[in-house]
Amino acid sequence: MADIRSNFIGIKSPNPFWLASAPPTDKEYNVVRAFKAGWGGVVWKTLGLDPHIVNVNGPRYGAVWGADRRLLGLNNIELITDRPLQVNLDEIKRVKRDWPDRAVVVSLMVPCEEACWTDIMKQVDDTGADGVELNFGCPHGMSERGMGSAVGQVPEYIEMVTRWVKASTRMPVIVKLTPNITDIRYPARAAHKGGADAVSLINTVSSITSVNLDTFSPEPSIDGKGSHGGYCGPAVKPIALNMVADIARDAETRGLPISGIGGITTWRDAAEFMALGAGNVQVCTAAMTYGFKIVQEMIEGLKNWMDEAGHPDLDAFVGRAVPNVTDWQYLNLNYVAKARIDQDSCIQCGRCHIACEDTSHQAITNMVDGQRRFEVIDEECVGCNLCVNVCPVENCITMVPMAAGAVDPRTGRVVTDDYANWTTHPNNPARVAAE
Amino acid sequence: MTDGRLDTGVAAGRLSAEDYAENFADLHPPLDRHEAVVAADRCYFCYDAPCVTACPTGIDIPLFIRQIATGNTTGSAKTIFDQNILGGMCARVCPTETLCEQACVREKAEGKPVVIGRLQRYATDAAMTAGKQFYERAAPSGKLVAVVGAGPAGLACAHRLAMHGHDVTVFDARPKAGGLNEYGIAAYKTVDGYAQAEVDYVTAIGGIAVEPGKALGRDLSLAGLCTSYDAVFLGMGLGGVNALGVEGDDSEGVIDAVEYIAALRQASDLATLPVGRRVVVLGGGMTAIDVAVQAKLLGAEEVTICYRRGKDNMNASEYEQDLATSKGVAIRHWLQPKRILAQSGKVTGIQLEYTTMSDGRLTGTGESLTLGADQVFRAIGQSYVTEPLEGGPSVALEGGRIKVDGEGRTSIAKVWAGGDCVAGGDDLTVSAVAMGRDAAESIHKSFNTRSGA
Repeated sequence: MADIRSNFIGIKSPNPFWLASAPPTDKEYNVVRAFKAGWGGVVWKTLGLDPHIVNVNGPRYGAVWGADRRLLGLNNIELITDRPLQVNLDEIKRVKRDWPDRAVVVSLMVPCEEACWTDIMKQVDDTGADGVELNFGCPHGMSERGMGSAVGQVPEYIEMVTRWVKASTRMPVIVKLTPNITDIRYPARAAHKGGADAVSLINTVSSITSVNLDTFSPEPSIDGKGSHGGYCGPAVKPIALNMVADIARDAETRGLPISGIGGITTWRDAAEFMALGAGNVQVCTAAMTYGFKIVQEMIEGLKNWMDEAGHPDLDAFVGRAVPNVTDWQYLNLNYVAKARIDQDSCIQCGRCHIACEDTSHQAITNMVDGQRRFEVIDEECVGCNLCVNVCPVENCITMVPMAAGAVDPRTGRVVTDDYANWTTHPNNPARVAAE
Repeated sequence: MTDGRLDTGVAAGRLSAEDYAENFADLHPPLDRHEAVVAADRCYFCYDAPCVTACPTGIDIPLFIRQIATGNTTGSAKTIFDQNILGGMCARVCPTETLCEQACVREKAEGKPVVIGRLQRYATDAAMTAGKQFYERAAPSGKLVAVVGAGPAGLACAHRLAMHGHDVTVFDARPKAGGLNEYGIAAYKTVDGYAQAEVDYVTAIGGIAVEPGKALGRDLSLAGLCTSYDAVFLGMGLGGVNALGVEGDDSEGVIDAVEYIAALRQASDLATLPVGRRVVVLGGGMTAIDVAVQAKLLGAEEVTICYRRGKDNMNASEYEQDLATSKGVAIRHWLQPKRILAQSGKVTGIQLEYTTMSDGRLTGTGESLTLGADQVFRAIGQSYVTEPLEGGPSVALEGGRIKVDGEGRTSIAKVWAGGDCVAGGDDLTVSAVAMGRDAAESIHKSFNTRSGA
């Protein structure tokens, strides 16, 4: 049986599934329920200075749904904890004492003054927590006060605060990054320079989820007005994966531990983040949608996959996908694939045809010998994968690589095993002459 | 029989008022908003969707379902009515399991089609309840059209003609408009006076005068109509019922299923409707199922459908057959009536002969069995009655029904026809609607052609 015990920057937990700093980790009651359900760790909801902040007293969340009202994206305008600092510290201390095998990390957000950080670090140290996470990510409310993503958007501030915190604590320090930035590598490098033990990402994406067409207020609406919130859930996963990969393969930050966050809903999502270099993962929206029990599926699913794939422990697959992330210019232009439609599993909805016909390459029939039938026209198929993506039946349409030696009927060229990319392509004005 | 009482023979009031109400309640209760959205979400918005191809009226089903999903129920209803102004009734009575829902790709994928019929009802009910009228009449054309028969074909024809600005008079032999929607069709498929509500909704466009109680051949003649109107549409359905042609066919208790169903539909109190303790239904179509199920729901103890061919030959859909058996109706195949047994002129049973296919022909085997019965329903098909058209201009027939071309034109100028009375149809409400609608377009086109000439 696969061993899924996790040791992330020295913080041990029975599995790599932590709850992210968010409403589910706001207080002892929730965290104890999470640990009973099997979560490996929590990042306690962000603490700040007293007097504690206040939240709106109306809706805090907005949503985007898919078919059957599946929650695909969640947006929130909730701020950091709205309870007194000491109440949180006392609960953290008690929880860590009662659950010594679980990871308890404390998220923090205080003004950009060294004394503020030094002072709160002392108090957190006393709780016996396993580490701290610096919240440089929240894009709403606190950022207007010069905290959260307002810090995360300025690499110099990240480095400065990280350095203050590292100098004041025995604990490992994780820096949580905002995705609301052009290039995630800059804040990651700054955290690294400041001495961070790890980065965690992504925090939420600035967003307006919808507009009420009766009142013309953005949702969630507070007395007829709305404010941008932080977007999370399955919809943001691709954005997060890309940012995790960017940091994992950047020359300056390579090897910097990453705690992966962003739409993780199943064991598979978690494994994908870890394959791209995350040492563990943090989850929020999935728990807020389905309750804490979902961790059972994550634990068992991950173990089952590791057993089947032959990965004895987490280290066996963490980062394995990183070398396969490359720049576009290095992709093999000699690789040729064609769509293939399995007629036995085709239900004849015709969406592949109309997608290709209207918006792409006119490479799928809708009629063959007077019968409704969808077949790929290899002479036209560029292998774009759109048909695969719109097909409602999994594995009905697949992309099949052409074997070397075969002639691509679209280009008339013989397919070759040789690797050739844009850097040497004759159409590239800046090409490097082939040796 | 609710209290274990045994009422022998034919008797009314077999059930309590609550039982009648429960038995004849809506077969498929309407979807609420949540159910409709969940159902609509299953639609894949197929390209050149097979469901549309399978619909005789060609309703853009993926579009109307998407409109439900996006909260545009009004627009959804319009999408339906654009093709089928009787879309509300069709949503209730169409054998969707052999039309759109059979063609649905999710039937192929999972054996569970999108519930198109129920979604169609959801949208059309919403628009009708809101009294939303989508169509305005074009400027008056000055043309007068007579429509004979206020059933689905006639109503669809009248509505489309009225849209084009023509003035329409719809004649019907019965006291109420609606045709089989009012006088046929099982009661549990169209509850709460829906047929009349739909007639009102359709005629609300204006320019349509309904004249009930006027029968062709009795109160009207085709020649007269051709003189007084610029065009005539014949949509009077099938007036005759096929006879059994066996001894005892005229006994008391041998009843035409269509007449019985009409009486049931018109009954203000179902408890007044007599039904046998043991009932035999002869036939294999929708009418056989409708009368058998309703006889059972009226409290008959035993109801047996006897059909002279096999299950696969039955015109009633598989779904309808299952509905009947789920209500406790027995369906027996390969049996044809041989003789009605009677005492003192009243039915006591029926002798049936086993049948088989021999050299591609149905033949009796000579063996027989006898079923005791207090009522025997004839549901072996209806026929076109030629008498009303006799003595006037000669309308060509084909296979005993009126011959029409692809646009619904008969052999004589100015006369179109559609619905069950024409040859080559499939006796479906939805097909009648399509024929009426298309004939109206053809009539309209002929006016333009003539006036432009």
